[in-house]
Amino acid sequence: MNALGFPLLSLLTFLPLVGAAIIASVQGDERTVAQNARWTALWTSAIVFALSLILWFRFDTDSAGFQFTENAAWLDGLGIGYHMGVDGMSVLFVLLSTLLTPLCIVASWQSIQTRVREYMIAFLVLETMMVGMFCALDFVIFYVFFEGVLIPMFLIIGVWGGARRNYAAFKFFLYTLLGSVLMLLALIWIYLDAGTTDIAALMQHRIAPAAQTWLFIAFFASFAVKVPMWPLHTWLPDAHVEAPTAGSVILAGVLLKMGGYGFLRFSIPLLPDATAALAPFIFALSAIAIVYTSLVALAQTDIKKLIAYSSVAHMGIVTLGLFTMNQQGIEGAIFQMLSHGIVSGALFLCVGVIYDRMHTREIDAYGGLAGTMPRYAILFMLFTMASVGLPGTSGFVGEFLAIMGAWQVSKLLALLAASGMVLGAGYMLFLYRRVIFGALTKQNLKGLADLSPREVAVFAPLVVLTLWMGIYPSSFTVFFDQSVARMIAQHHAALAATRQLAGL
Amino acid sequence: MIEAGAVFSPLVGAIIAGFFGRALGDRGAQLVTIGFMTLATLCGVTLFFDVAFGGNARTIVLGTWIDSGSFEASWALRFDTLSAVMVGMVTFIATLIHIYSVGYMSHDRTVPRFMAYLSLFTFAMLMLVTADNLIQLFFGWEGVGLASYLLIGYWYERESANRAAMKAFIVNRVGDVGFALGIAGVFVLTDSVGFDAIFAALGAQGTTTVSLFGGEVRAVELCAVLLFIGAMGKSAQLGLHTWLPDAMEGPTPVSALIHAATMVTAGVFLVARMSPLFELAPVALSVVTIVGASTALFAATIGCVQNDIKRVIAYSTCSQLGYMFFAAGVSAYPAAIFHLFTHAFFKALLFLGAGSVIHAMSDEQDIRRMGGIWKKIPATYTLMWIGNLALAGVPFFSGFYSKDMVLEAAWGAHSAVGNYAFVCGLVAAFLTAFYSWRLLILTFHGAPRADHHVMEHVHESPLVMILPLVLLAIGAVFAGAVFYEPFVGHHWKDFWQASIVIAPGNDALENAHHAPLWVKLLPVVMGASGIATAYVFYMLAPGIPGRLAAQFQGVHRFLLNKWYFDELYDAVFVRPSLIIGRALWKGGDGAVIDGFGPDGIAAAAKATAGKVVKLQTGMVYHYAFAMMIGIVVLVTLFATGRL
Repeated sequence: MNALGFPLLSLLTFLPLVGAAIIASVQGDERTVAQNARWTALWTSAIVFALSLILWFRFDTDSAGFQFTENAAWLDGLGIGYHMGVDGMSVLFVLLSTLLTPLCIVASWQSIQTRVREYMIAFLVLETMMVGMFCALDFVIFYVFFEGVLIPMFLIIGVWGGARRNYAAFKFFLYTLLGSVLMLLALIWIYLDAGTTDIAALMQHRIAPAAQTWLFIAFFASFAVKVPMWPLHTWLPDAHVEAPTAGSVILAGVLLKMGGYGFLRFSIPLLPDATAALAPFIFALSAIAIVYTSLVALAQTDIKKLIAYSSVAHMGIVTLGLFTMNQQGIEGAIFQMLSHGIVSGALFLCVGVIYDRMHTREIDAYGGLAGTMPRYAILFMLFTMASVGLPGTSGFVGEFLAIMGAWQVSKLLALLAASGMVLGAGYMLFLYRRVIFGALTKQNLKGLADLSPREVAVFAPLVVLTLWMGIYPSSFTVFFDQSVARMIAQHHAALAATRQLAGL
Repeated sequence: MIEAGAVFSPLVGAIIAGFFGRALGDRGAQLVTIGFMTLATLCGVTLFFDVAFGGNARTIVLGTWIDSGSFEASWALRFDTLSAVMVGMVTFIATLIHIYSVGYMSHDRTVPRFMAYLSLFTFAMLMLVTADNLIQLFFGWEGVGLASYLLIGYWYERESANRAAMKAFIVNRVGDVGFALGIAGVFVLTDSVGFDAIFAALGAQGTTTVSLFGGEVRAVELCAVLLFIGAMGKSAQLGLHTWLPDAMEGPTPVSALIHAATMVTAGVFLVARMSPLFELAPVALSVVTIVGASTALFAATIGCVQNDIKRVIAYSTCSQLGYMFFAAGVSAYPAAIFHLFTHAFFKALLFLGAGSVIHAMSDEQDIRRMGGIWKKIPATYTLMWIGNLALAGVPFFSGFYSKDMVLEAAWGAHSAVGNYAFVCGLVAAFLTAFYSWRLLILTFHGAPRADHHVMEHVHESPLVMILPLVLLAIGAVFAGAVFYEPFVGHHWKDFWQASIVIAPGNDALENAHHAPLWVKLLPVVMGASGIATAYVFYMLAPGIPGRLAAQFQGVHRFLLNKWYFDELYDAVFVRPSLIIGRALWKGGDGAVIDGFGPDGIAAAAKATAGKVVKLQTGMVYHYAFAMMIGIVVLVTLFATGRL
């Protein structure tokens, strides 16, 4: 057991399942069930969030190791155990998941009216999977959660989605499953090689450089789809467009981060030689993603699709930063993931606000909302600017640090990364201009109500975080400073060892 | 405390007016923002004298901002002479413009929003000039960009305003890419982003080279050029200038504050702030000089033919910024900042005066539809005269001192680029005087060209608008004479101290003091002949401009269309981006990736499955036949011993 005296991480992981069980057992007519399901889901996720704050206050930022660890025997003889814990690289993602889930439940309060019970269950199960995945310190456990996320998400898109939900859900499922199968093969290979699936133990295990390339590609297939990296990104716009608002928020906010987290947790530490060798390949794909998807975003006519493409571009900055293997690049990438989780989630919520009122996502259907919805206009402006990376908002720090990191690798790479600054401003301001600015000429827009108190409550924490992360980011980077520094040191030590072996 | 008061008061005002504007009402929002601005000005001007004249330079660290490995940026307020000059100037002029806005925006529907934006801008500008590291400077840099975007697009119902706002933001972002990469370069070179640490480390890095696209260049040159690209964007220099004239879509007080007096000079400030870096980079300095001199001339040529009163002044701003840059380019940073300082007064005066004219003319901005109003608005008329006299560099007005100093410094550089700048600057001085008097005459003199409805309504502006103009006019008259000695006199080093560094050997500023008489007189002669030419063209023989335009139609159209920069950029960047974006979306994502990826595989799987289905016909004899073949094969394999 850990210093706290009780298994916090397991509690965070499985408490949502308890809530789901309660919701499932509620009896009564449809309205009672729905109302009960909403409140139970909200309370459960709120308690989980409150508990997860212990991580924020009790996490020792001076340590690079795993904390809050739990170990239980499971398949003992096989070297597979139930091992949970967080380090600097994962702890904030746990908090991101526990924060976004209650917000999503509130955001779905009115927009979901069919099968409410099942919807809320799906969200709570999703939370279990997400939290479990970020806490897992055993590869098998990780794999179970990593794949488990797919199921509730598949259902959320496929059942509560838009008109083309089936196409989008299957595309999402098949894309991600294909990658997962390859990761499973890699996992089995590593298990046979090392005799354990414990992640902490695997860190000490050295995999032969010749095998690393193949393992890297297998991992890449899984993580790159999740991120998503160009050219494996085409599931994302479809999934976002068809998903209900809260689905999009979780998808952009947390699910995309699973890919980046996978790279951080497995590819980079376990496969140092392949990481070094294949970094240029990742850089190329990332740079293409930034420029290509930004241009595509510029041409979009659907608000959600535009933001979905912008996500791909922003995640391009992330993958680029991760493989620079210097402090600024990797910290920038992690920060960008956290910031993107908040900002893109907020942007999808912004779309949800007007979608709930107008039931269309076509940009051309809007215009001049600043006049009727001034509070909404301010919020949308804030998150637009955060997405563009304005200093003082969270979007700036990650992007800027990643560019600093990229410059140390290659000046051309930094230039391509920085080109996102211009293109990003282009598509976001173009969107804002068409939706919020302009004359209010469309009759059906004239009576729109501004944000309701419920909507303000959903946005408030995101506003605070966006500004907090922008003005005082060092209170976040301090969590992963040590872990990142250690990972870089180990990476260089491993490369040096390989060189020494080759020299002998 | 006083330092924080100078910088953060406007932010407090902006927050109160912005979020509680509806509760406060128009008058309340105006009082709050002006109150906090006045507080900021009291602090700012006190600091100006304390720091610049008392020699009490200091830095106040507020906290850590970004901390990643050796990349450490703090929130800090740095007050040395350079930033104190800027803080004093910015707070003073911003307050006047806040007051002016009370009158100018009195008919507006969302006054609190406007006041909040103005104060927000002032805050960002103050953060920019008091930064003690490049990252905070970038924060202010982008903050003023945001405020500028919001204010250009203030009348968001106008399509043209929205377009101009977007253009301003995006063109600035192009420059910002250079800026960001420049910061990256400086960070890698010196392992720091704080000014003191950078400057301390630079000495040892003068000869470090970096590889760039296959070649080797000196790192300091690369960093300096990249930072200058950022400065070009913000200060609307040739190539990245296209946003500035369009920015005139914003309300006139905005044009005066942001697009004349303060924000656009941020680029000049950046170069002066980074003088220790630029001093190590002679090639970059030459680039600065050439771009500055070319802009000075180029913008002046366009200014001569524009018909929108604000656009004429906007091009004039562009041109004057060019002067500042080439002064900095020949290492005469004090001269650049001196011109920046005086320019702020007379250019704000001109813009606000133009606003007063527009106000009087019922929102007319085209000088072809003005004229004959000088008797009706004598105060505005007088003030515009003062502004133009200062701009044209007529002796003993403030522009005379600073512009002459800039030109003498260009001459004093004794280099090829210096001479180029000197010649460009002289010609531009002629053009400046010409377009200034063209503007003055067309606006105020001659027969009225507006319809009688407008003419009947022509009225002098209220006191709340005239009073700020008078204060600015006092600055436009005296700022040059008063501050000449400390800023650029023989003992300029005592004034600027460590805030500006000039390498030994770069003594353009020193030489300027010993310029021969003809160098000192020539700018005045050029200015006077410009005025005379305008007088001849528009008062004595008004037919000449038309005949000239007809004679040199090509040239005229070229100038009228602003050298076709907008059309060029539209054809090269804007439209292709949209077309390529669409092509990548439909073609790249749709046809290729999905076509060969998920959709293609799905279709192939479906087709294969369709064929497999056909095997299952349901006829018993088909199955029996297949079984027979199977048995035969198995038996054969068994018999031949292969099984």
